[in-house]
Amino acid sequence: MKSLKKVLYSQKAAPYVFVLPFLLSFMFFWIYPLFSTVKMSFQSILPGQVEWIGLENYQKLLKDRVFHLAIKNSFTYMFWTLVLLIPFPMIYACIMDGKLVKAKGLFKALLYLPALTSVVVAGTMFRLMFAEMETSQMNQIVQWLGFGPIKWLKGKYTGMFALLLVACWRWTGVNMLYYLSGLKNIDNSLYESAEIDGASGFKKFLYIQLPLLKPTTIYVLTISIYAGLAMFLESFMLWNGNASPNNIGLTIVGYLYRRGIEKNQLGYASAVGLVLLAIALFINIIQLIWNGTFKKEER
Amino acid sequence: MKKKLLSMLLCIVMLASLFAACGKKDDADNKEPGTQQGNDEGTDEGNDDAGDEEGEATAITTVGPDSGTKMEMWTFVELHSQFYAEMLNLWNEQNPDKQIQITFTTYPYGDMHNKLLMSNQAGTGAPDLCDIEISQFPNFMQGEVQFRELNEFVDKYRDDIVPARLEIYSKDGKEYGAPTHVGATVMFYNTEILEKYGVDYTTIKTWDDYTEAAKKVAEGSNGEVYMTSVDTGGTDWLWVAMAEYGEDYTTDEGAPNIELQSIKNMLNMQKGWLDEGLAIVSPGGHVDLEEGFANLGDGKIASFPKAMWFMSRFLNYLPEMAGKWAIAPCPVFEEGQPRSVGIGGTGTVVSLQSKNADLAAEFITFAKLSYEGNVKIWEVLGFDTCNTEIWSDPEITSDTSNQYIAYFVNNPFDALNEIKDEIGVIKVGKINPAISEQFNLTILNNVFENGADIDEELKMAQEQLELEDY
Repeated sequence: MKSLKKVLYSQKAAPYVFVLPFLLSFMFFWIYPLFSTVKMSFQSILPGQVEWIGLENYQKLLKDRVFHLAIKNSFTYMFWTLVLLIPFPMIYACIMDGKLVKAKGLFKALLYLPALTSVVVAGTMFRLMFAEMETSQMNQIVQWLGFGPIKWLKGKYTGMFALLLVACWRWTGVNMLYYLSGLKNIDNSLYESAEIDGASGFKKFLYIQLPLLKPTTIYVLTISIYAGLAMFLESFMLWNGNASPNNIGLTIVGYLYRRGIEKNQLGYASAVGLVLLAIALFINIIQLIWNGTFKKEER
Repeated sequence: MKKKLLSMLLCIVMLASLFAACGKKDDADNKEPGTQQGNDEGTDEGNDDAGDEEGEATAITTVGPDSGTKMEMWTFVELHSQFYAEMLNLWNEQNPDKQIQITFTTYPYGDMHNKLLMSNQAGTGAPDLCDIEISQFPNFMQGEVQFRELNEFVDKYRDDIVPARLEIYSKDGKEYGAPTHVGATVMFYNTEILEKYGVDYTTIKTWDDYTEAAKKVAEGSNGEVYMTSVDTGGTDWLWVAMAEYGEDYTTDEGAPNIELQSIKNMLNMQKGWLDEGLAIVSPGGHVDLEEGFANLGDGKIASFPKAMWFMSRFLNYLPEMAGKWAIAPCPVFEEGQPRSVGIGGTGTVVSLQSKNADLAAEFITFAKLSYEGNVKIWEVLGFDTCNTEIWSDPEITSDTSNQYIAYFVNNPFDALNEIKDEIGVIKVGKINPAISEQFNLTILNNVFENGADIDEELKMAQEQLELEDY
């Protein structure tokens, strides 16, 4: 009894007791599946027949053109989401933070609204908007601009455009909120002293807001890289299933789903998943080292 | 240095937990009130409640007395469960000592097959009885088959049933699925259009005749009406061609072999039609879709090949076109070739997880293979039954009050009996889902939409297919 009390009251043990629930759930739901996936990626898994097949799954991945296409699609998508979903939300946030904008709450709510909409509903709406009929909304618009109707979801570039439009519609508001909260952390006295020195609004953005938003940018960059690579649902909904013509909408996770769930090759799908993890980790660690996140805090 | 390592580790942990965050977020989004349309097929496999809660299942009905043995059944077409319900009532009448109560659930096509695959893999959650579409069937034959072998139950009806239809749902001589229909492919002709442009469909015997007729239609209508639409999302045309030449895109060993003369001939011919403006590409990819039905209803195309089961689509989607469509054997490349091929099908399986597998097997073979069952299959579903005696039973074939017989210009059974001995069989093996995927997603799109070279496309797809297991 006494020893138990001693443990509980010990300053050294207490923190571990507090984090124990997290650690347990983390071990159970994340570490275990991670290792299990690694194990499965070396196996062929069928009902009642689980065999070790060594590196066969990975060797197949190397030769699998559809998988390479999926990686390419995911990368293109990730690249464009980074280009579109980091600078623009940052600028919007800075504008929103300025004194010129009225009814800030309303705008914030409106821009955040798409993130609350289910992707399933939104994807279905976008699919109908991008339908190949002359009467679909997007074709009405391009015809009004003087172009012929386009088979949006059958072409490589138009298909990617549709995917990116969904992404921008959905995530701009969310990223903007991250930046807004980042801006709130900037000390007002910096602006005041800048004003005394006669800095313009643009100078203030360049020399105060941009550098001080760096931690936010790193965070947004890190999650955007992963989110871009792991995109699946948007494509699934836009093409009403996991099958797009010429696989223009196939992503890495889409391929994982096709192999693991639709074709019952869980071993092969595990290998696909691990490659995704490796790619995401690799890019992000490079990015974080490059941004100096691992350097000692300089204070 | 140590600190650096630690922070690296923490970063990995952070990333790993992102997987968690993202996964959870999606879930949370989908549970928003009013937007309960489920989507995460990946996460709710085998979860029986998923259907109820997400509104995914389109219909759930329970049929039979409460005192009966309780069973679950999944289908992917609601009409199928109506048929089973009628057969269940008949069963319960005839077998007072073996009463059954079945809860039927209809899921969307992809969801249902994925759920069943996962339930088999997990060893729990599968229904007692389940419909499986033929192109998905090979996925379930891998590893140790998780279904009850039906041979002893089929024996009672074996002599009456087309053997090839039992064979396609078997592995190593063990039959696992009860077949629904033959799926004989025929040509559907819109006689109203053809008559207008001076074409008599009964004189079309070869594809050359067909092409000539197509020219008449195109000229007569100033290119407004087309003879047919070619598919970018379906392989029916290719199956017809393979059956006519007696080829098959899988070898006896189950290996892919898609660089066939029959396929090249068909694709070249279709491409020629497109170039000459005699045909269009099917809106949406194939005929059996809302866009396809709209295309037929608008009188855009005059004909198309499809299996007999497409008759029910006419009744459901195009009732106003009654009396306009006729059914005839498919044209051939060279006279004397067989004029049909069996396409499509649904095998009903009994899960090994079922507590009453024997009773379920006894019921399902009765429902789908008995004479009464086959009559019902024709009456309710309008399928060309596996018991071909029905095809020549005058009581059935001359019953003009039947909705299917009443709809068409000629009697469907006349066309069926004409091709009865010419219905080819294309093997469906482990590699078939991958082959269909190659054609439906890549080859056909590239050939018909992007003008790619046919031989080149087939060669590239063949290389890709050889990487698959078979």
